[in-house]
Amino acid sequence: MSENHDNGTAETERTTSVFTDEVVARLAQDAKEIIGRYPKPRSALLPLLHLVQAEEGYVSAAGMEFCADQLDITLAEVKAVATFYTMYRRGPGGDYQVGVCTNTLCAVMGGDEIFASLKEHLDLANGETTQDGKVTLEHVECNAACDFAPVVMVNWEFFDNQTPASAKQMVDDLRLGKDVAPTRGASSLCTWKQASRVLAGFDDGRAGEGVQATGPSLAGLKLARERGWRAPDPANLPSSDEQGEEGAK
Amino acid sequence: MTTLTPILSKNWDRPDSFTIDGYQATGGYDALRKALTMEPDGIVDMVKEAGLRGRGGAGFPTGMKWGFLPKDNPNPRYLVVNADESEPGTCKDIPLMLANPHVLLEGVSIASYAIKSNQAFIYVRGEVLHVIRRLRQAVADAYEAGLLGKDILGSGFDLDVVVHAGAGAYICGEETALLDSLEGYRGQPRLKPPFPAVAGLYASPTVVNNVESIASVPGIVANGAEWFTAMGTEKSAGFGFFSLSGHVTNPGQYEAPLGITLRELLDMAGGIRAGHELKFWTPGGSSTPIFTAEHLDTPLDFESVGAAGSMLGTRALQIFDETTCVVRAVGRWIAFYAHESCGKCTPCREGNYWMVQVLDRLERGEGTEADIDKLLDICDNLLGRSFCALGDGATSPVMSSIKYFRQEYVDHFEKGGCPFDHSRSTLWADRPNTTEGGGNK
Ligand SMILES: Cc1cc2nc3c(=O)[nH]c(=O)nc-3n(C[C@H](O)[C@H](O)[C@H](O)COP(=O)(O)O)c2cc1C
Ligand code: SF4
Ligand code: FES
Repeated sequence: MSENHDNGTAETERTTSVFTDEVVARLAQDAKEIIGRYPKPRSALLPLLHLVQAEEGYVSAAGMEFCADQLDITLAEVKAVATFYTMYRRGPGGDYQVGVCTNTLCAVMGGDEIFASLKEHLDLANGETTQDGKVTLEHVECNAACDFAPVVMVNWEFFDNQTPASAKQMVDDLRLGKDVAPTRGASSLCTWKQASRVLAGFDDGRAGEGVQATGPSLAGLKLARERGWRAPDPANLPSSDEQGEEGAK
Repeated sequence: MTTLTPILSKNWDRPDSFTIDGYQATGGYDALRKALTMEPDGIVDMVKEAGLRGRGGAGFPTGMKWGFLPKDNPNPRYLVVNADESEPGTCKDIPLMLANPHVLLEGVSIASYAIKSNQAFIYVRGEVLHVIRRLRQAVADAYEAGLLGKDILGSGFDLDVVVHAGAGAYICGEETALLDSLEGYRGQPRLKPPFPAVAGLYASPTVVNNVESIASVPGIVANGAEWFTAMGTEKSAGFGFFSLSGHVTNPGQYEAPLGITLRELLDMAGGIRAGHELKFWTPGGSSTPIFTAEHLDTPLDFESVGAAGSMLGTRALQIFDETTCVVRAVGRWIAFYAHESCGKCTPCREGNYWMVQVLDRLERGEGTEADIDKLLDICDNLLGRSFCALGDGATSPVMSSIKYFRQEYVDHFEKGGCPFDHSRSTLWADRPNTTEGGGNK
């Protein structure tokens, strides 16, 4: 969050990149579309940062400059925002960002063991990337999937109910270039850059892939079906008949 | 006996539940058709009568919030849906939007019509790629079907909806920080008043509501306020998701009337995992003081949970059995608050930083009795003195754990280390033939 906390990718890794005229021209088209969604242009800053991250895999000085130009604000203003949010990488990273949830619930359920075994297996510290440029390993905070604990996120797709063994297998498969599918998400993973482009608001046409709901999401519904439990019938409310009729209208 | 009431989740077992056709096949968008024949104020009144209270944690009456919008302000009005879901333990809005984004969109249309807004935003946390795909597709399909956009269903009502992905910051769930973030700034809370109803997004009148609050509106409009009040308690009307996670046989989403108890929910969920017993739990996420087995029969409604010393929060029931070290659990939560503190005010920025140091020391068995008092001291400086509720929330796990488990803190430094074997808490601990958790392969 605040700058004194590392977001996983070291500041020192920042390279000096330049956006060529071709890149600027192409991205300016996208930027125009993004800015057009909002009543005020500045609202487009977060999606614009996702957009430049989609281009380079991280938010570079050139990327921030591009955002500043599009919105007619200063580079310092862009930088203040970019460094506040944890999803923006500050330096190059892998094609697949593997984030192990180590917030309390997942940690207790085995997230700590998963994170430790991946660190050892890949010989990486938090925020580091494998030599082949495939996998960046980090730990993440609660990702709203606690009922599927322990959870691992890859490029922000859900890998539910993981174990050290399943997580190691998954990163091995990713490094071998095999198709890897999240448990709730698209039918295969896209790359970090592709994911960032979706976050900027450019669809990849994959919304229809994957399950609607599974496992714990259906636990209550399944039980209610088995036992014949339903919400009250609006035409026949329990307290009184008159109430029931009124409720039905 | 309380029974489950699947409403928002009722179509989730249809493989096409997230599509516009799948939703309409089960009555979806009928409530919008009905709403568009009503007076906007009539809908606000109906939501007031239903007694719907915010499902994002604080429980503020939704209809009353809508009624606060000033009548004479000439600026455009905005509806902003809070889909930032990041409070540890909270895991209801994300599966809802994955399985049925259209019920949220129907609620957005109805709520916008009721508050006379022509522009809505859904601010969704960025770390849920597929949910964002589904939401954006649902919006596109709803436009295509004439359910969003210009002259919705020939009513003359116009509404634009933008799905906005955040970029990783728990604090952006706080409604004023969310608005700053949506305006393209660092997400830091604003001074209140003015409240968003008066000066919200772009200083215009704005309603900020949680996903589940808004998604509950179509049901109320379709079935009536009395249908809603037939569930729940007098002051905590209606239904909600109870999200069970952790050491429970069948974790997951249980949609039930407010006022159900953990004992009832655990019965439904197959109990605590076999061979173990309940130690502590959160009623509504990490920012709500923990409970123990003595609270199994506390009705999970706003009033009863409050009277018992905690908060209903988001009904995020994180369940921990006797294998769990409470010092470790609390230490991890505080590390989260320290990481997520926006840095705007000193009590929260400094207090959480110091609590992390003290808790680390205690967990390693290197603490002292004075450290426990130190923690309570820091909490005293945080509670009520921080700029927003993030700081207050951080004190909840610390103070409540010391209240119920002080001896466990002492045990750590008396034994010179953590007395628990963490491997016994894992998902695979009780599975046969697993040395390192290969059971799920
Ligand atoms: C630190 C913090 C995080 C919050 N996160 C969320 C969140 O993710 N989702 C949410 O709906 N409300 C969250 N809230 C509560 C909001 O500020 C606000 O009360 C809520 O969105 C109002 O909607 P409701 O009345 O429909 O519940 C958070 C509050 C705080 C202090
Ligand atoms: S309490 Fe914490 S999160 Fe809230 S304003 Fe203060 S520093 Fe920021
Ligand atoms: S604690 Fe890991 S997803 Fe919530």
